[in-house]
Amino acid sequence: MPRVIGVDIPSNKRLEISLTYLYGIGRTRALEVCDALKFDRGMKAGELTEEQVTTLATHLQKEYTVEGNLRRQIAGAIARLRDIGCYRGMRHRRGLPVRGQRTRTNARSRKGPKKTVAGKKSVKGMK
Amino acid sequence: MGRSLKKGPFVEPKLLAKVRAMGASRDPIKTWSRACTIPPDFIGHTFMVHNGKQHLKVYISEDMVGHKLGEFSPTRQFRGHTNKKEGKKR
Repeated sequence: MPRVIGVDIPSNKRLEISLTYLYGIGRTRALEVCDALKFDRGMKAGELTEEQVTTLATHLQKEYTVEGNLRRQIAGAIARLRDIGCYRGMRHRRGLPVRGQRTRTNARSRKGPKKTVAGKKSVKGMK
Repeated sequence: MGRSLKKGPFVEPKLLAKVRAMGASRDPIKTWSRACTIPPDFIGHTFMVHNGKQHLKVYISEDMVGHKLGEFSPTRQFRGHTNKKEGKKR
């Protein structure tokens, strides 16, 4: 299995799909990359030669922010929101949805598993 | 939908004029204009931003540029849920 940019090891899938295993590369970018480097989208990632892997890696690092750098960039942006004491930062600190969604029900992705409170009315009862 | 770029960010004209006229003095400015975008001119000033009840002190730092004044003056205050045993006090 080829190694592109440090840890990432896509598998025996089509190149356009394997590239999406990189953080920061989705379907759109995967296709962009294939086309820009004139690699066959349909070829298996394992068929890449050493040389091609190197060009791929340099291209990715030059054109996009991926993996660790991207993660750091995102974490930095969130840390900034937290620090300046704005509404969005507060929502991040509290672990609640940031973009104005309802929290009376749902919002489980942000709030985590349900914490049942005794005596609380059920969702059905709230109508 | 975002605001049209043609118009540029909304900055309360009154506030901007006030800040420009103030020069070096750093007295807090009372305002109700929560929708006002923070331009770089505001850095280092203090505003008293209305939250619907009172004016909260907001010191503008460099990172806050581009946000709106209202984002720093929360309108809701969460006091915690009532405890069933204690009943609904407060």
